[in-house]
Amino acid sequence: MSGPSTYEPSNGFTKWLDARLPIIRFAKDTAIDFPTPKNLNYWWTFGGILAVCLVVQIVTGIVLAMHYVASTEDAFASVERIMRDIDYGWLIRNIHANGASMFFLAVYIHMFRGLYYGSYKSPREVIWILGVVIYLLMMATAFMGYVLPWGQMSFHGSAVITNLIGAIPIIGDPIKTYLMGGPAIGDPTLNRFFSLHYLLPFVIAGIVVLHIWALHVPGNNNPTGVSVKDVKKDTLPFHPYYTVKDGFAIVVFLILFAYFVFYAPNALGHADNSVEANPLQTPSHIVPEWYLLPFYAILRAITFDIGPIPAKLLGVIAMFGSIGILFVVPWLDTSKVRSMRYRPIAKQLFVLFVLASVGLGFCGANDPDKFVFKFGPDKLIVNYVDTQGNAQVSGRFDNFEGAGGAQEFVSKLPPSAGASVALSEEGFKWLWLSQILGAYYFLYFLVFLPLLGIIEKPKARPPSIAESVRKKHVSVPAAAVNPAPVAAE
Amino acid sequence: MSEHGSKAATANAGHAGDAHAGETRRDFIHIAAASVAAGGVAAVAWPFIQQLGPAADTRAASSAEVDVSKVPEGSEIRVLIGGMPFFVRHRNAVEMAKAVADDKLPMRDPATDESRLVKMQDGAYNPKILVTSGLCTHLGCVPVGPAQGSTGDFGGWYCPCHGSHYDTSGRIRKGPAPKNLAVPKYEYLSASMIKISL
Ligand code: HEM
Ligand code: FES
Repeated sequence: MSGPSTYEPSNGFTKWLDARLPIIRFAKDTAIDFPTPKNLNYWWTFGGILAVCLVVQIVTGIVLAMHYVASTEDAFASVERIMRDIDYGWLIRNIHANGASMFFLAVYIHMFRGLYYGSYKSPREVIWILGVVIYLLMMATAFMGYVLPWGQMSFHGSAVITNLIGAIPIIGDPIKTYLMGGPAIGDPTLNRFFSLHYLLPFVIAGIVVLHIWALHVPGNNNPTGVSVKDVKKDTLPFHPYYTVKDGFAIVVFLILFAYFVFYAPNALGHADNSVEANPLQTPSHIVPEWYLLPFYAILRAITFDIGPIPAKLLGVIAMFGSIGILFVVPWLDTSKVRSMRYRPIAKQLFVLFVLASVGLGFCGANDPDKFVFKFGPDKLIVNYVDTQGNAQVSGRFDNFEGAGGAQEFVSKLPPSAGASVALSEEGFKWLWLSQILGAYYFLYFLVFLPLLGIIEKPKARPPSIAESVRKKHVSVPAAAVNPAPVAAE
Repeated sequence: MSEHGSKAATANAGHAGDAHAGETRRDFIHIAAASVAAGGVAAVAWPFIQQLGPAADTRAASSAEVDVSKVPEGSEIRVLIGGMPFFVRHRNAVEMAKAVADDKLPMRDPATDESRLVKMQDGAYNPKILVTSGLCTHLGCVPVGPAQGSTGDFGGWYCPCHGSHYDTSGRIRKGPAPKNLAVPKYEYLSASMIKISL
């Protein structure tokens, strides 16, 4: 979309450089003059925020790596030393650990933005696919980073994930062994994870370059989804309009970031990771970091076999499928209309999709067999052995004592029944919620998006970006005099 | 291309006179070069993949000897071999009886108690000592047992991660785990010494 370059080298040196390495021209065309739709809202600032996050992670990570020791003997102690003994080590580690969370917060908003405004649709499929690749690499990086401090959650969380890979038939076991470098998670695993954790962010940076390159071919999508028709009327130069808008959003985002770093550095983490890893003792409740919880919930939602495929493998397939499906979204969505502003049904299903995704996060954080809510007060049951020697469970009792109580029932059984009274709770399990929400997640992509494009009747779209902006401001007299300043919203 | 190709074609008896014979020869060069390159890539990739596997010292440290007479009755000890946990349990009379009595019951992963034991040097079984892997067959948590004060609904082990219950023979009886706790390779070196190998 960038028009012919308007850069004019102004002095002898820049002229000389421009003929040899036109780097100033490149910067001016891509970051200063780049024509950007004039109606972008704040959801479009998350790209810039993400770039800041990546730089923050790389800078703090390189500093941490100067003090961190990748060995099962010393890793935990070296991180404690960073926190206690190294000047400002606490600050740098808190920034890095919370930075990962902020990074994911921003990427999720960025992705939901894309799903709502149809930014994955032609001609932006490659931008979207590169984005999903970045997201996958981010998850791999964060997963391996979380193992490094060698706490209880680091160790057992990674054990659960590597075991998942072992569930894949035939190739699963060898892959698992090659991933861990031994029969179990240990020194070889920690060392290779550190090596890759250092490398992958730079791979991400490389793919970000491709992502932006691909973006600069068709240019930005915008809240109306209507393509730029007239560069003069529909767009503004990136600088100063969007450098300032992005800059403002980045500052607001950094305030939130700083709140976590300084006032709640452990709020997003897990207490168990402050205990050094012990391979002989699993913490009672293993959970991944919050940003992976929805996928963990999908993994655990499958508790039933389908034909010859066991539940465990199905769970793994569903989990990887829930991410993999993002790659083909551009082809699953059959609608010609990009922005859901003009898609009355899709818009509502999208809101449900966001709620389902967040809800899956809560499912992932909770014990699947515990209850979202209870159907009624807890009751009592009696376990006993009948005269044939089979284990039996009684009906439910409201009371222990009194007529019709559990005690009365027990007193009627022979002593050989070995009766024991237990609490019986009934309610709506987190497992069921995760099954419902997980089903919606897949339905949204596999059924609703393809069908809606055919059956939904979209609302009228504005004829152009310039028109869409002007309509909102009809009361402004002579809008044409200087449309630029009002254009930002 | 066809200019020098036709010369080559005359040399190539089978394709003499064929206008496209030169391309066949060029194709051959392309395929040969690509195959050599692919072979080279594979040959270089091999060591780079193989280095990820368990190293010789890791493989060597893959067995341990355990004195089972030190395990208190009704309890267990936990052994780490190459980072893998194992349970060595000294079952009491009730636990042994329960394990055998349940042999006939329907189970997810049917196995008799005896099939989960290993013969001593004199050829007899030692039902007091049960040796199993310490990894839950669901997602690999380490179940809790008598030493942690919880043995689950069937008196063996309980996996708190997702609620799997194992009986006193280490068989899965309830919960999401698909298989019994694995019985590792081990042998009796004497009446009280066993050697567990990975
Ligand atoms: C995509 C960018 C990155 C993400 C998402 C990320 C994520 C993480 C996470 C989640 C942790 C665990 C934090 C904790 O709970 O303590 C971590 C630790 C660590 N990371 Fe990164 N990281 C990134 C980039 C880097 C880079 C580029 C380096 C090195 C050059 C690095 C070096 C380290 C080190 C040494 C640790 C261990 C110290 C600690 O646990 O605080 N990271 N990382
Ligand atoms: S790992 Fe033991 S029940 Fe899931």
